[in-house]
Amino acid sequence: MSRARGGPVVIVDYGLGNLYNVLRACEAVGIAAKITSSPDEIGSAPAAILPGVGAFGDAIAVLESNGMADSLRELVNAGKPLFGICLGFQLLMTESCEFGLHQGLNFIPGSVRRFDHPTDDSSALKVPHVGWNRVWRKSATRAGTLLEAIADGENMYFAHSYVVVPADPQAIVSTTRYGDVEFCSSAARGNVFGCQFHPERSGVCGLKMYARFAHQVGQTSDAAIQSLADHASPSPAIPFAR
Amino acid sequence: MTMPSEWATKTMQSAAFVKPNLRIIPRLDIKGQNLVKGIHLEGLRVLGKPERFARYYYEQGADELLYVDIVASLYGRNNLLAIIERTAREIFIPLTVGGGLRSIEDIRNALRAGADKVAINTAAVRCPGFLREAAQKFGSSTVVLSIEAIKQPSGNYEAYTDNGRERAGLDVFEWAMRGVELGAGEILVTSVDREGTGLGFDLELSRRMAELVPVPVIACGGAATVEHVKQVATIAKVQAVSIASMLHYNLVRQIIPDGKPFGDFETHLLQPATISSKFEETSLAALKRELDAGGVNCRLLSAAEEVLR
Repeated sequence: MSRARGGPVVIVDYGLGNLYNVLRACEAVGIAAKITSSPDEIGSAPAAILPGVGAFGDAIAVLESNGMADSLRELVNAGKPLFGICLGFQLLMTESCEFGLHQGLNFIPGSVRRFDHPTDDSSALKVPHVGWNRVWRKSATRAGTLLEAIADGENMYFAHSYVVVPADPQAIVSTTRYGDVEFCSSAARGNVFGCQFHPERSGVCGLKMYARFAHQVGQTSDAAIQSLADHASPSPAIPFAR
Repeated sequence: MTMPSEWATKTMQSAAFVKPNLRIIPRLDIKGQNLVKGIHLEGLRVLGKPERFARYYYEQGADELLYVDIVASLYGRNNLLAIIERTAREIFIPLTVGGGLRSIEDIRNALRAGADKVAINTAAVRCPGFLREAAQKFGSSTVVLSIEAIKQPSGNYEAYTDNGRERAGLDVFEWAMRGVELGAGEILVTSVDREGTGLGFDLELSRRMAELVPVPVIACGGAATVEHVKQVATIAKVQAVSIASMLHYNLVRQIIPDGKPFGDFETHLLQPATISSKFEETSLAALKRELDAGGVNCRLLSAAEEVLR
Protein backbone atom coordinates (compact mmCIF):
# COMPACT_ATOMS: atom_id res chain seq x y z
CA MET A 1 0.00 0.00 0.00
CA SER A 2 1.29 3.40 -0.82
CA ARG A 3 1.45 6.03 1.86
CA ALA A 4 -0.48 9.24 1.71
CA ARG A 5 1.42 12.17 0.36
CA GLY A 6 -0.77 14.88 1.73
CA GLY A 7 -4.16 15.66 0.36
CA PRO A 8 -7.39 14.33 1.74
CA VAL A 9 -8.81 10.87 1.15
CA VAL A 10 -11.66 11.30 -1.33
CA ILE A 11 -15.19 10.08 -0.78
CA VAL A 12 -16.54 9.59 -4.28
CA ASP A 13 -19.84 11.39 -4.83
CA TYR A 14 -21.82 10.13 -7.79
CA GLY A 15 -25.06 11.71 -6.68
CA LEU A 16 -26.60 8.73 -4.92
CA GLY A 17 -26.93 7.87 -1.30
CA ASN A 18 -25.67 9.41 1.88
CA LEU A 19 -22.00 10.27 2.00
CA TYR A 20 -22.11 12.48 5.05
CA ASN A 21 -21.98 9.71 7.60
CA VAL A 22 -19.02 8.18 5.78
CA LEU A 23 -17.35 11.58 6.15
CA ARG A 24 -18.26 11.72 9.86
CA ALA A 25 -16.80 8.25 10.46
CA CYS A 26 -13.58 9.38 8.76
CA GLU A 27 -13.48 12.47 10.94
CA ALA A 28 -14.15 10.40 14.07
CA VAL A 29 -10.94 8.40 13.51
CA GLY A 30 -8.84 11.31 12.30
CA ILE A 31 -8.91 10.74 8.54
CA ALA A 32 -8.79 13.98 6.56
CA ALA A 33 -11.45 13.29 3.94
CA LYS A 34 -13.34 15.21 1.32
CA ILE A 35 -16.50 14.50 -0.62
CA THR A 36 -15.89 15.08 -4.33
CA SER A 37 -17.06 14.25 -7.83
CA SER A 38 -14.01 15.76 -9.50
CA PRO A 39 -12.10 13.20 -11.58
CA ASP A 40 -8.90 15.18 -11.04
CA GLU A 41 -9.22 15.12 -7.27
CA ILE A 42 -10.00 11.40 -7.31
CA GLY A 43 -7.06 10.58 -9.57
CA SER A 44 -4.57 12.47 -7.41
CA ALA A 45 -5.93 11.43 -4.00
CA PRO A 46 -3.90 9.18 -1.70
CA ALA A 47 -6.89 6.82 -1.33
CA ALA A 48 -10.58 6.68 -2.15
CA ILE A 49 -13.79 5.51 -0.55
CA LEU A 50 -16.63 4.49 -2.87
CA PRO A 51 -19.81 4.47 -0.79
CA GLY A 52 -23.40 4.57 -1.89
CA VAL A 53 -26.88 3.20 -1.80
CA GLY A 54 -29.20 3.08 -4.77
CA ALA A 55 -29.26 1.43 -8.16
CA PHE A 56 -26.16 -0.09 -9.78
CA GLY A 57 -27.04 1.05 -13.31
CA ASP A 58 -27.54 4.70 -12.34
CA ALA A 59 -24.33 4.72 -10.32
CA ILE A 60 -22.05 3.25 -12.97
CA ALA A 61 -23.57 5.51 -15.64
CA VAL A 62 -22.61 8.60 -13.62
CA LEU A 63 -19.14 7.27 -12.78
CA GLU A 64 -18.36 6.44 -16.41
CA SER A 65 -19.85 9.55 -17.99
CA ASN A 66 -18.08 12.16 -15.90
CA GLY A 67 -14.66 10.51 -15.87
CA MET A 68 -14.70 9.38 -12.24
CA ALA A 69 -14.47 5.71 -13.27
CA ASP A 70 -11.25 6.40 -15.21
CA SER A 71 -9.83 8.29 -12.24
CA LEU A 72 -10.61 5.34 -9.99
CA ARG A 73 -8.79 3.03 -12.45
CA GLU A 74 -5.84 5.39 -12.34
CA LEU A 75 -5.88 5.39 -8.54
CA VAL A 76 -6.09 1.60 -8.32
CA ASN A 77 -3.37 1.12 -10.94
CA ALA A 78 -1.13 3.41 -8.91
CA GLY A 79 -1.48 0.98 -6.01
CA LYS A 80 -3.47 3.32 -3.79
CA PRO A 81 -6.17 1.93 -1.47
CA LEU A 82 -9.77 1.85 -2.66
CA PHE A 83 -12.50 1.01 -0.14
CA GLY A 84 -15.98 0.18 -1.49
CA ILE A 85 -19.03 0.12 0.76
CA CYS A 86 -22.46 -1.42 0.05
CA LEU A 87 -23.35 -0.35 -3.51
CA GLY A 88 -19.77 0.91 -3.76
CA PHE A 89 -18.64 -2.66 -3.04
CA GLN A 90 -20.93 -4.05 -5.73
CA LEU A 91 -19.57 -1.51 -8.23
CA LEU A 92 -16.10 -3.05 -7.82
CA MET A 93 -17.34 -6.19 -9.58
CA THR A 94 -17.37 -7.03 -13.29
CA GLU A 95 -21.11 -6.91 -13.81
CA SER A 96 -24.52 -6.70 -12.17
CA CYS A 97 -27.91 -8.02 -13.19
CA GLU A 98 -29.84 -5.36 -11.21
CA PHE A 99 -32.54 -4.06 -13.62
CA GLY A 100 -30.74 -5.33 -16.75
CA LEU A 101 -27.10 -6.25 -17.23
CA HIS A 102 -24.58 -3.52 -16.36
CA GLN A 103 -20.80 -3.49 -16.53
CA GLY A 104 -19.05 -2.61 -13.29
CA LEU A 105 -15.54 -1.31 -12.57
CA ASN A 106 -14.11 -4.85 -12.70
CA PHE A 107 -11.53 -4.35 -9.97
CA ILE A 108 -12.61 -7.66 -8.45
CA PRO A 109 -13.79 -10.17 -11.08
CA GLY A 110 -17.28 -11.33 -10.23
CA SER A 111 -20.94 -10.53 -10.50
CA VAL A 112 -23.79 -9.03 -8.50
CA ARG A 113 -27.11 -10.81 -8.26
CA ARG A 114 -30.32 -10.62 -6.32
CA PHE A 115 -30.74 -12.52 -3.07
CA ASP A 116 -31.82 -16.05 -3.91
CA HIS A 117 -35.09 -16.23 -1.92
CA PRO A 118 -33.61 -16.63 1.53
CA THR A 119 -35.76 -18.66 3.90
CA ASP A 120 -35.81 -19.49 7.55
CA ASP A 121 -36.69 -23.08 8.54
CA SER A 122 -40.31 -22.21 7.88
CA SER A 123 -40.84 -18.90 6.12
CA ALA A 124 -39.42 -16.57 3.47
CA LEU A 125 -37.09 -13.92 4.83
CA LYS A 126 -37.49 -10.27 3.92
CA VAL A 127 -35.56 -8.70 1.08
CA PRO A 128 -33.91 -6.20 1.51
CA HIS A 129 -31.83 -7.79 4.22
CA VAL A 130 -31.79 -5.01 6.80
CA GLY A 131 -30.09 -5.20 10.16
CA TRP A 132 -27.12 -6.49 12.09
CA ASN A 133 -25.56 -9.74 11.05
CA ARG A 134 -22.37 -11.64 11.75
CA VAL A 135 -19.34 -11.38 9.52
CA TRP A 136 -17.26 -14.57 9.42
CA ARG A 137 -13.75 -14.54 8.04
CA LYS A 138 -13.25 -16.85 5.15
CA SER A 139 -9.83 -16.77 3.63
CA ALA A 140 -6.20 -16.12 4.27
CA THR A 141 -6.51 -13.03 2.07
CA ARG A 142 -7.94 -11.13 5.04
CA ALA A 143 -4.38 -10.40 6.13
CA GLY A 144 -3.79 -6.75 5.41
CA THR A 145 -7.48 -6.03 4.82
CA LEU A 146 -9.65 -3.77 6.93
CA LEU A 147 -11.38 -6.82 8.35
CA GLU A 148 -8.30 -7.51 10.41
CA ALA A 149 -9.44 -4.68 12.65
CA ILE A 150 -12.39 -6.61 14.04
CA ALA A 151 -12.90 -9.96 15.72
CA ASP A 152 -14.31 -12.91 13.81
CA GLY A 153 -18.11 -13.08 13.91
CA GLU A 154 -18.80 -9.45 14.82
CA ASN A 155 -22.23 -8.02 14.04
CA MET A 156 -22.24 -5.33 11.38
CA TYR A 157 -25.10 -3.37 9.84
CA PHE A 158 -26.46 -4.44 6.43
CA ALA A 159 -29.10 -2.96 4.10
CA HIS A 160 -29.16 -4.60 0.65
CA SER A 161 -31.14 -6.70 -1.81
CA TYR A 162 -28.25 -7.77 -4.04
CA VAL A 163 -25.15 -9.79 -3.21
CA VAL A 164 -21.67 -9.98 -4.63
CA VAL A 165 -20.38 -13.23 -6.13
CA PRO A 166 -16.60 -13.06 -6.70
CA ALA A 167 -15.37 -15.29 -9.52
CA ASP A 168 -12.35 -16.32 -7.49
CA PRO A 169 -13.33 -17.73 -4.07
CA GLN A 170 -9.90 -16.61 -2.86
CA ALA A 171 -11.08 -13.02 -3.15
CA ILE A 172 -13.74 -13.64 -0.50
CA VAL A 173 -12.58 -12.23 2.81
CA SER A 174 -15.76 -12.94 4.78
CA THR A 175 -19.19 -14.46 4.42
CA THR A 176 -22.46 -13.83 6.21
CA ARG A 177 -25.54 -15.99 6.55
CA TYR A 178 -29.06 -14.82 5.99
CA GLY A 179 -31.37 -17.75 6.64
CA ASP A 180 -30.27 -20.52 4.31
CA VAL A 181 -28.22 -18.23 2.06
CA GLU A 182 -24.52 -17.68 2.63
CA PHE A 183 -23.16 -14.67 0.82
CA CYS A 184 -19.89 -12.80 0.41
CA SER A 185 -19.89 -9.90 2.90
CA SER A 186 -16.42 -8.61 2.04
CA ALA A 187 -13.83 -9.22 -0.65
CA ALA A 188 -10.38 -7.97 -1.61
CA ARG A 189 -7.98 -7.97 -4.49
CA GLY A 190 -4.65 -6.21 -4.16
CA ASN A 191 -5.23 -2.68 -2.92
CA VAL A 192 -8.98 -2.90 -3.44
CA PHE A 193 -11.25 -3.88 -0.56
CA GLY A 194 -15.02 -3.79 -0.30
CA CYS A 195 -17.72 -4.79 2.15
CA GLN A 196 -21.47 -5.20 1.83
CA PHE A 197 -22.19 -3.89 5.32
CA HIS A 198 -21.87 -0.28 6.46
CA PRO A 199 -18.90 0.15 8.82
CA GLU A 200 -19.90 3.80 9.42
CA ARG A 201 -23.22 2.51 10.83
CA SER A 202 -21.78 -0.44 12.76
CA GLY A 203 -20.82 1.22 16.02
CA VAL A 204 -17.38 0.86 17.54
CA CYS A 205 -16.48 -2.20 15.42
CA GLY A 206 -17.14 -0.28 12.24
CA LEU A 207 -15.06 2.64 13.43
CA LYS A 208 -12.21 0.24 14.08
CA MET A 209 -12.25 -0.57 10.37
CA TYR A 210 -12.06 3.13 9.57
CA ALA A 211 -9.17 3.46 12.02
CA ARG A 212 -7.41 0.64 10.18
CA PHE A 213 -8.05 2.42 6.91
CA ALA A 214 -6.49 5.57 8.41
CA HIS A 215 -3.44 3.50 9.22
CA GLN A 216 -3.33 2.04 5.69
CA VAL A 217 -3.39 5.45 4.09
CA GLY A 218 -0.70 6.69 6.41
CA GLN A 219 -2.82 9.11 8.36
CA THR A 220 -2.16 9.57 12.04
CA SER A 221 -3.37 6.52 13.83
CA ASP A 222 -2.67 8.00 17.28
CA ALA A 223 -5.46 10.49 16.80
CA ALA A 224 -7.68 7.73 15.49
CA ILE A 225 -7.04 5.49 18.45
CA GLN A 226 -7.62 8.31 20.92
CA SER A 227 -10.80 9.28 19.17
CA LEU A 228 -11.99 5.70 19.26
CA ALA A 229 -11.25 5.43 22.96
CA ASP A 230 -13.20 8.63 23.62
CA HIS A 231 -15.99 7.36 21.49
CA ALA A 232 -16.22 3.98 23.12
CA SER A 233 -16.29 5.15 26.71
CA PRO A 234 -19.62 6.13 28.24
CA SER A 235 -20.29 9.80 28.27
CA PRO A 236 -19.34 11.13 31.70
CA ALA A 237 -22.55 13.11 31.99
CA ILE A 238 -24.52 9.92 32.49
CA PRO A 239 -23.98 8.95 36.11
CA PHE A 240 -25.89 5.71 35.96
CA ALA A 241 -24.20 4.12 32.95
CA ARG A 242 -23.23 0.60 33.87
CA MET B 1 -19.11 -15.37 -16.92
CA THR B 2 -19.29 -18.50 -14.83
CA MET B 3 -20.72 -18.25 -11.36
CA PRO B 4 -19.13 -20.34 -8.67
CA SER B 5 -21.92 -22.42 -7.32
CA GLU B 6 -20.89 -22.29 -3.70
CA TRP B 7 -21.44 -18.58 -3.11
CA ALA B 8 -24.60 -16.65 -2.54
CA THR B 9 -26.48 -19.84 -2.96
CA LYS B 10 -28.33 -22.03 -0.54
CA THR B 11 -26.03 -23.36 2.08
CA MET B 12 -25.89 -27.08 2.62
CA GLN B 13 -25.63 -26.92 6.39
CA SER B 14 -29.26 -26.16 7.04
CA ALA B 15 -28.93 -27.19 10.67
CA ALA B 16 -26.92 -24.04 11.25
CA PHE B 17 -29.72 -21.59 10.39
CA VAL B 18 -29.65 -18.63 12.67
CA LYS B 19 -32.78 -16.57 12.93
CA PRO B 20 -32.13 -12.94 11.98
CA ASN B 21 -31.70 -10.59 14.92
CA LEU B 22 -34.75 -8.62 15.99
CA ARG B 23 -33.86 -4.95 15.64
CA ILE B 24 -34.67 -2.80 18.68
CA ILE B 25 -35.14 0.84 17.70
CA PRO B 26 -35.66 3.45 20.43
CA ARG B 27 -38.12 6.06 19.19
CA LEU B 28 -37.51 9.63 20.21
CA ASP B 29 -40.36 12.06 19.60
CA ILE B 30 -39.04 15.57 19.28
CA LYS B 31 -40.77 18.85 19.84
CA GLY B 32 -38.62 21.92 19.37
CA GLN B 33 -35.37 21.14 21.23
CA ASN B 34 -36.82 18.46 23.45
CA LEU B 35 -37.56 14.79 23.67
CA VAL B 36 -41.24 14.43 24.53
CA LYS B 37 -43.60 11.56 25.15
CA GLY B 38 -47.36 11.39 25.00
CA ILE B 39 -50.19 8.91 24.90
CA HIS B 40 -51.88 8.13 21.59
CA LEU B 41 -49.38 10.65 20.15
CA GLU B 42 -51.03 13.41 22.22
CA GLY B 43 -50.67 14.96 25.71
CA LEU B 44 -46.96 15.49 25.55
CA ARG B 45 -44.50 15.93 28.35
CA VAL B 46 -40.91 17.00 28.09
CA LEU B 47 -38.28 14.41 29.00
CA GLY B 48 -35.01 16.12 28.10
CA LYS B 49 -32.44 16.59 25.38
CA PRO B 50 -32.94 14.01 22.63
CA GLU B 51 -29.25 13.71 21.74
CA ARG B 52 -28.43 12.76 25.33
CA PHE B 53 -30.99 9.96 25.35
CA ALA B 54 -29.76 8.93 21.90
CA ARG B 55 -26.18 8.65 23.07
CA TYR B 56 -27.23 6.58 26.05
CA TYR B 57 -29.26 4.18 23.90
CA TYR B 58 -26.36 3.89 21.49
CA GLU B 59 -24.09 2.90 24.34
CA GLN B 60 -26.70 0.41 25.56
CA GLY B 61 -26.68 -1.38 22.19
CA ALA B 62 -29.58 0.16 20.26
CA ASP B 63 -29.66 -1.27 16.74
CA GLU B 64 -30.93 1.95 15.20
CA LEU B 65 -32.60 5.16 16.35
CA LEU B 66 -35.80 6.80 15.19
CA TYR B 67 -36.34 10.55 15.54
CA VAL B 68 -39.83 11.83 14.88
CA ASP B 69 -40.49 15.56 14.73
CA ILE B 70 -44.01 15.50 16.07
CA VAL B 71 -44.77 19.14 15.48
CA ALA B 72 -43.16 19.17 12.08
CA SER B 73 -43.64 22.82 11.43
CA LEU B 74 -41.47 24.54 8.88
CA TYR B 75 -40.67 27.04 11.61
CA GLY B 76 -39.10 24.39 13.82
CA ARG B 77 -37.20 22.58 11.12
CA ASN B 78 -33.82 24.12 11.92
CA ASN B 79 -34.06 22.81 15.48
CA LEU B 80 -34.50 19.30 14.17
CA LEU B 81 -31.60 19.55 11.73
CA ALA B 82 -29.34 20.83 14.51
CA ILE B 83 -30.36 17.93 16.74
CA ILE B 84 -29.69 15.43 13.93
CA GLU B 85 -26.31 16.99 13.33
CA ARG B 86 -25.27 16.85 16.98
CA THR B 87 -26.47 13.25 17.20
CA ALA B 88 -24.73 12.09 14.03
CA ARG B 89 -21.40 13.32 15.29
CA GLU B 90 -21.33 10.82 18.12
CA ILE B 91 -23.65 8.03 17.13
CA PHE B 92 -22.54 5.50 14.55
CA ILE B 93 -25.67 3.43 14.07
CA PRO B 94 -28.49 4.06 11.57
CA LEU B 95 -30.68 7.06 12.31
CA THR B 96 -34.14 7.38 10.75
CA VAL B 97 -35.82 10.76 10.78
CA GLY B 98 -39.51 11.37 10.23
CA GLY B 99 -42.13 14.05 10.71
CA GLY B 100 -43.14 16.64 8.18
CA LEU B 101 -40.69 15.79 5.40
CA ARG B 102 -42.55 17.19 2.41
CA SER B 103 -40.05 17.57 -0.40
CA ILE B 104 -36.94 16.08 -1.93
CA GLU B 105 -35.12 19.09 -0.52
CA ASP B 106 -36.37 18.25 3.02
CA ILE B 107 -35.04 14.71 2.63
CA ARG B 108 -31.72 15.92 1.26
CA ASN B 109 -31.34 18.29 4.22
CA ALA B 110 -32.11 15.54 6.72
CA LEU B 111 -29.59 13.19 5.09
CA ARG B 112 -26.99 15.93 4.92
CA ALA B 113 -27.46 16.62 8.63
CA GLY B 114 -26.78 12.96 9.39
CA ALA B 115 -29.94 10.89 8.90
CA ASP B 116 -29.56 7.57 7.10
CA LYS B 117 -33.22 6.99 6.33
CA VAL B 118 -36.36 9.05 6.28
CA ALA B 119 -39.82 7.98 7.43
CA ILE B 120 -42.58 9.46 5.30
CA ASN B 121 -46.28 9.48 6.11
CA THR B 122 -48.37 12.57 5.30
CA ALA B 123 -46.48 13.64 2.17
CA ALA B 124 -46.82 10.14 0.72
CA VAL B 125 -50.55 10.00 1.48
CA ARG B 126 -51.07 13.36 -0.22
CA CYS B 127 -48.89 12.48 -3.18
CA PRO B 128 -47.87 8.82 -3.57
CA GLY B 129 -45.56 9.83 -6.41
CA PHE B 130 -43.38 11.57 -3.82
CA LEU B 131 -42.51 8.17 -2.36
CA ARG B 132 -41.45 6.92 -5.79
CA GLU B 133 -39.38 10.02 -6.45
CA ALA B 134 -37.68 9.74 -3.05
CA ALA B 135 -36.88 6.05 -3.59
CA GLN B 136 -35.47 6.72 -7.05
CA LYS B 137 -33.39 9.62 -5.83
CA PHE B 138 -32.03 8.21 -2.58
CA GLY B 139 -32.54 4.45 -2.90
CA SER B 140 -35.27 2.26 -1.43
CA SER B 141 -33.14 1.46 1.60
CA THR B 142 -33.33 5.15 2.54
CA VAL B 143 -37.12 5.37 2.38
CA VAL B 144 -39.36 4.06 5.17
CA LEU B 145 -43.12 4.33 4.72
CA SER B 146 -44.59 5.32 8.06
CA ILE B 147 -48.20 4.28 8.59
CA GLU B 148 -50.30 5.39 11.57
CA ALA B 149 -53.04 2.82 12.01
CA ILE B 150 -56.32 3.10 13.90
CA LYS B 151 -58.64 0.12 14.19
CA GLN B 152 -62.18 0.97 13.13
CA PRO B 153 -65.35 -0.41 14.74
CA SER B 154 -65.70 -2.51 11.58
CA GLY B 155 -62.42 -4.22 12.45
CA ASN B 156 -60.58 -2.66 9.52
CA TYR B 157 -57.36 -0.76 10.07
CA GLU B 158 -57.31 2.70 8.54
CA ALA B 159 -54.30 4.89 7.87
CA TYR B 160 -54.07 8.32 9.51
CA THR B 161 -51.76 11.29 9.20
CA ASP B 162 -50.73 14.17 11.49
CA ASN B 163 -50.14 12.04 14.60
CA GLY B 164 -53.35 10.09 14.20
CA ARG B 165 -55.57 13.14 13.77
CA GLU B 166 -56.44 13.09 10.09
CA ARG B 167 -58.06 10.21 8.30
CA ALA B 168 -56.16 9.26 5.13
CA GLY B 169 -59.02 7.25 3.69
CA LEU B 170 -56.76 4.27 3.07
CA ASP B 171 -56.76 0.70 4.28
CA VAL B 172 -53.36 0.25 5.96
CA PHE B 173 -52.58 -3.06 4.25
CA GLU B 174 -53.49 -1.87 0.75
CA TRP B 175 -51.53 1.30 1.42
CA ALA B 176 -48.48 -0.64 2.59
CA MET B 177 -48.46 -2.80 -0.55
CA ARG B 178 -48.82 0.29 -2.69
CA GLY B 179 -45.95 1.89 -0.80
CA VAL B 180 -43.68 -1.09 -1.45
CA GLU B 181 -44.54 -0.91 -5.16
CA LEU B 182 -43.64 2.77 -5.10
CA GLY B 183 -40.24 1.94 -3.62
CA ALA B 184 -40.47 1.99 0.18
CA GLY B 185 -37.73 -0.23 1.60
CA GLU B 186 -39.35 -0.74 5.02
CA ILE B 187 -42.74 -0.27 6.64
CA LEU B 188 -43.02 1.40 10.05
CA VAL B 189 -46.49 0.64 11.37
CA THR B 190 -47.62 2.52 14.48
CA SER B 191 -50.76 1.51 16.32
CA VAL B 192 -52.17 4.86 17.42
CA ASP B 193 -54.62 2.93 19.63
CA ARG B 194 -51.76 1.39 21.60
CA GLU B 195 -49.19 4.18 21.37
CA GLY B 196 -48.10 5.36 24.82
CA THR B 197 -50.58 3.10 26.61
CA GLY B 198 -48.26 0.28 27.60
CA LEU B 199 -50.97 -2.24 26.68
CA GLY B 200 -48.67 -4.19 24.36
CA PHE B 201 -48.33 -4.16 20.59
CA ASP B 202 -51.37 -4.64 18.37
CA LEU B 203 -50.45 -8.19 17.42
CA GLU B 204 -53.12 -8.57 14.76
CA LEU B 205 -52.06 -5.41 12.96
CA SER B 206 -48.35 -6.30 13.21
CA ARG B 207 -48.81 -9.92 12.18
CA ARG B 208 -50.97 -9.13 9.16
CA MET B 209 -48.51 -6.48 8.03
CA ALA B 210 -45.44 -8.72 8.45
CA GLU B 211 -47.15 -11.56 6.58
CA LEU B 212 -48.23 -9.31 3.74
CA VAL B 213 -45.33 -7.13 2.66
CA PRO B 214 -42.04 -8.49 1.27
CA VAL B 215 -39.95 -5.80 3.00
CA PRO B 216 -39.03 -5.50 6.69
CA VAL B 217 -41.73 -4.35 9.11
CA ILE B 218 -41.07 -2.23 12.19
CA ALA B 219 -43.86 -2.47 14.79
CA CYS B 220 -44.45 0.56 16.98
CA GLY B 221 -46.83 1.40 19.79
CA GLY B 222 -47.71 -0.21 23.10
CA ALA B 223 -44.56 -1.86 24.45
CA ALA B 224 -44.30 -1.88 28.23
CA THR B 225 -42.70 -5.24 29.03
CA VAL B 226 -40.14 -7.71 27.72
CA GLU B 227 -43.03 -10.09 27.14
CA HIS B 228 -44.76 -7.60 24.83
CA VAL B 229 -41.64 -7.41 22.67
CA LYS B 230 -41.27 -11.16 22.70
CA GLN B 231 -44.87 -11.58 21.56
CA VAL B 232 -44.59 -9.22 18.63
CA ALA B 233 -41.37 -10.96 17.54
CA THR B 234 -42.64 -14.52 17.84
CA ILE B 235 -46.38 -14.21 17.12
CA ALA B 236 -46.44 -11.27 14.70
CA LYS B 237 -42.95 -12.11 13.36
CA VAL B 238 -41.95 -8.52 12.68
CA GLN B 239 -38.32 -7.71 11.84
CA ALA B 240 -37.98 -4.76 14.18
CA VAL B 241 -39.69 -2.98 17.05
CA SER B 242 -39.70 0.66 17.89
CA ILE B 243 -40.00 1.45 21.59
CA ALA B 244 -40.37 4.76 23.41
CA SER B 245 -42.08 5.03 26.83
CA MET B 246 -40.71 1.79 28.24
CA LEU B 247 -37.12 2.86 27.64
CA HIS B 248 -37.51 6.56 28.38
CA TYR B 249 -39.35 6.02 31.65
CA ASN B 250 -36.78 3.53 32.80
CA LEU B 251 -34.12 6.13 32.19
CA VAL B 252 -36.12 8.86 33.92
CA ARG B 253 -36.68 6.63 36.97
CA GLN B 254 -32.95 6.23 37.27
CA ILE B 255 -32.23 9.93 37.06
CA ILE B 256 -34.72 11.29 39.53
CA PRO B 257 -33.43 9.52 42.65
CA ASP B 258 -29.99 10.91 41.86
CA GLY B 259 -31.39 14.37 41.56
CA LYS B 260 -29.09 14.85 38.62
CA PRO B 261 -30.68 16.47 35.62
CA PHE B 262 -30.40 14.73 32.29
CA GLY B 263 -30.45 17.80 30.15
CA ASP B 264 -33.01 20.48 30.93
CA PHE B 265 -36.25 18.85 31.70
CA GLU B 266 -39.20 19.48 33.87
CA THR B 267 -38.76 17.10 36.75
CA HIS B 268 -42.05 18.05 38.35
CA LEU B 269 -43.81 16.39 35.44
CA LEU B 270 -41.79 13.26 35.84
CA GLN B 271 -41.96 12.20 39.43
CA PRO B 272 -41.91 8.41 39.45
CA ALA B 273 -45.44 8.37 40.80
CA THR B 274 -46.69 9.89 37.58
CA ILE B 275 -45.18 7.12 35.48
CA SER B 276 -47.58 4.30 34.96
CA SER B 277 -46.56 1.11 36.74
CA LYS B 278 -47.40 -0.78 33.57
CA PHE B 279 -43.95 0.03 32.25
CA GLU B 280 -41.43 -2.56 33.33
CA GLU B 281 -38.15 -1.28 34.74
CA THR B 282 -35.89 -2.60 32.01
CA SER B 283 -32.93 -0.94 30.41
CA LEU B 284 -32.35 -1.42 26.70
CA ALA B 285 -29.32 -3.64 27.35
CA ALA B 286 -31.28 -5.79 29.81
CA LEU B 287 -34.22 -6.02 27.41
CA LYS B 288 -31.99 -7.34 24.65
CA ARG B 289 -30.26 -9.82 26.94
CA GLU B 290 -33.60 -11.14 28.20
CA LEU B 291 -35.04 -11.46 24.71
CA ASP B 292 -31.94 -13.24 23.44
CA ALA B 293 -31.94 -15.65 26.37
CA GLY B 294 -35.65 -16.25 25.73
CA GLY B 295 -35.14 -17.36 22.14
CA VAL B 296 -35.59 -14.05 20.30
CA ASN B 297 -32.19 -13.39 18.77
CA CYS B 298 -30.84 -9.92 19.43
CA ARG B 299 -27.52 -8.31 18.71
CA LEU B 300 -25.74 -8.09 22.04
CA LEU B 301 -22.72 -5.90 22.49
CA SER B 302 -19.53 -7.89 22.09
CA ALA B 303 -17.39 -8.64 25.08
CA ALA B 304 -14.89 -6.07 23.88
CA GLU B 305 -17.53 -3.38 23.71
CA GLU B 306 -18.94 -4.33 27.11
CA VAL B 307 -15.51 -3.98 28.68
CA LEU B 308 -15.30 -0.44 27.38
CA ARG B 309 -18.50 0.52 29.18
